[in-house]
Amino acid sequence: MRRVMKVTAAMSVAALALAGCGSSTDSSTPGASGTTSAAKVIKVGMAYDVGGRGDQSFNDAAAAGLDKAKAELGADTKEATAVNGEAESAREERLSQLIDAGYVNVIAVGFAYAPAVKKVAAANPDVKFALIDSTDAVGPNIENLTFAENEGSFLVGAAAALKSKTGNVGFIGGVNTDLIKKFEAGYTMGAKTVNPAIKVQVKYLTQPPDFSGFGDPAKGKTAAEGMYQQGADVVYAAAGGSGGGVFTAAKAAGKMAIGVDSDQALTAPADVRDVIITSMIKKVDVGTFDFIKSLTEGKFVAGTKVYDLKVDGVGYSTTGGKIDDIKAKLDDFKQQIIDGKIVVPIKP
Amino acid sequence: MKATLDLRRVGLGLLAPVLAILVAFVVTSTVLLLAGDPVVEVWTQLLTVPRPRLVVAIINGASVYYLSAIAVAIGFRMNLFNIGVDGQYRIAAFAAAVFAGQGWLPGPLNIFVSLLIAVVVGAAWAGIAGWLKVTRGVSEVISTIMLNAIATGLVSFLLFRVADSTAGSNVTNTKTIPASSQVPGFALVPGTPNKIYGFILLAALVGVAYWVILNKTRFGYDLRATGRSETAAVASGVNVKRMVLTAMVLSGAAAGLVGMPLLFGQDYSYGTTFQPGLGFAGIAIALLGRNHPVGIAFGALLWSYLDQQSNGLQITVGVSSELVYIIQGVIVLAVVIAYEVVRRAGLRMEQRRVARQLSEEPGSPTPEGATV
Repeated sequence: MRRVMKVTAAMSVAALALAGCGSSTDSSTPGASGTTSAAKVIKVGMAYDVGGRGDQSFNDAAAAGLDKAKAELGADTKEATAVNGEAESAREERLSQLIDAGYVNVIAVGFAYAPAVKKVAAANPDVKFALIDSTDAVGPNIENLTFAENEGSFLVGAAAALKSKTGNVGFIGGVNTDLIKKFEAGYTMGAKTVNPAIKVQVKYLTQPPDFSGFGDPAKGKTAAEGMYQQGADVVYAAAGGSGGGVFTAAKAAGKMAIGVDSDQALTAPADVRDVIITSMIKKVDVGTFDFIKSLTEGKFVAGTKVYDLKVDGVGYSTTGGKIDDIKAKLDDFKQQIIDGKIVVPIKP
Repeated sequence: MKATLDLRRVGLGLLAPVLAILVAFVVTSTVLLLAGDPVVEVWTQLLTVPRPRLVVAIINGASVYYLSAIAVAIGFRMNLFNIGVDGQYRIAAFAAAVFAGQGWLPGPLNIFVSLLIAVVVGAAWAGIAGWLKVTRGVSEVISTIMLNAIATGLVSFLLFRVADSTAGSNVTNTKTIPASSQVPGFALVPGTPNKIYGFILLAALVGVAYWVILNKTRFGYDLRATGRSETAAVASGVNVKRMVLTAMVLSGAAAGLVGMPLLFGQDYSYGTTFQPGLGFAGIAIALLGRNHPVGIAFGALLWSYLDQQSNGLQITVGVSSELVYIIQGVIVLAVVIAYEVVRRAGLRMEQRRVARQLSEEPGSPTPEGATV
């Protein structure tokens, strides 16, 4: 089928070339141009947040979506990464340069890009933008991809409480921002729903503008060690790259940990994978891929697109089989959230 | 004769930074070669003429760096190493943003009082380090680093209490400054709608004030004298402890202004995405500019230029923009060494010149003795 389309596309291009000046033919075949995506390569520029490709967490999830689009949709991609402590103008410039280089579909990864997207999108109305994790910049050419991290975190919070024997669990946030507080709010509520008497220890590794808490395993390890010593037996690491330290501490203490963003029982170093009972999965890759796919199909829709439990945009992983015994209970909670019987707050 | 001497001094002064930049060029090229990256393309990208919107970004970035470097330089002239500019500007910008956001005062008056608050808060925060040094003998290097960490925690703690965030937003901000108190920019660069910060004038004003106070006042003389030789200053009746405290407070006052162009010309609020790290860039730029108001201006422009040009590296050449950190780091290291090398060369030239003069004078003592 696809091959037929390719051939058709090639033939139509050849026909256009033979026709010489094809301005009239061009406009007369809008249907063809819509379906021959294989011939017309879509150009996608991606601007990562600090850390970029290789952070084993948030940015990598976006990168995975981009790679998938490259493989399946034949997208021509260009990537650029933010530098820690850069000026606002540097973010604007990054987006503008991607556009200048011909990448007229731009994905901005992370809420820090909101002001830059707002400005650059207004100046380039023909360029389509996807802004991940923020609704601060809206416009006719901006799609805002947000995730219900609170709902996913509720489920792993419930899992933590169900698995805990000490009635004491921990939450480690990378940086004390509103985004990570969403994780905390869901996790705490999930744990307390299962066991109202449970103790939830909460610790944030750094305070903004110090964003090192997302990439410092040593800090994660110290914080987790403290929590395990104070009686916690499950710790949720919502801390990007710092999570590695949490897993190391869990391994040393013989306790349990919960991963974040990706299925970390698959991505973490092999020797600590067995302590990860589950991970809260935030499907940034799906969001990214869907955006590019919608562009190739000419179905771009501006506005906010929420990836929540209902559309399977967040969830929990079962790799390793550590929570198979409580899966039925978690799925019951999941259904209650989808049905609106449980409303998970976004602030702790 | 004085004119030729000055010319030579200026030449020697320029020689050091030029040497440092050359060294940075060589070292960076070597790194690129070793990493197998395209050397020529990288330099072509870095040295292309920036587009108009980039020119605006470079000038804007430089104006902020300039204020930061002046704040550091005030300390340097007094032999004080104020590493705390970073914390001082952030806590000052936060305080000013909170006040300005309330909009209690009308337009320009609101701006003026907010600036005053920024200056006072910055000065007070630096004053803690000065006071600790004077009364307890605590090294300002240690105390200002500690105060940076405390400032980060304190601002973060307070920010969540005064935050004015919209639902669903992931950024925590103070209240937005009312439109009447936002400082408009200048559309000086044709070909782009982006404007240069109105507060570039503030930066220039601070630069002039710095020069006048240091070079044309009794206080400035005392400050420089104390920086050169503390014992000599004491002998000439300078109260060193008071000078330390005053220099620290002044440095902090200037640091308080660092965030103002950003606050009033771009962000209009202080939030979790307010630009960090400006204080540390200021240290490097003050070194590069040799604490001279004009030298610092060039240093700030160079820094900002490298920052902004780096973006194109990853997009057009495919080389990480962190490469610019290598260039900046090498420039700072090289410039310190280059200044010393040039200073010694200058000294030798001076000695030879004196020796020549002595030998030309009739009836002078043996010239060999003068060429030590």
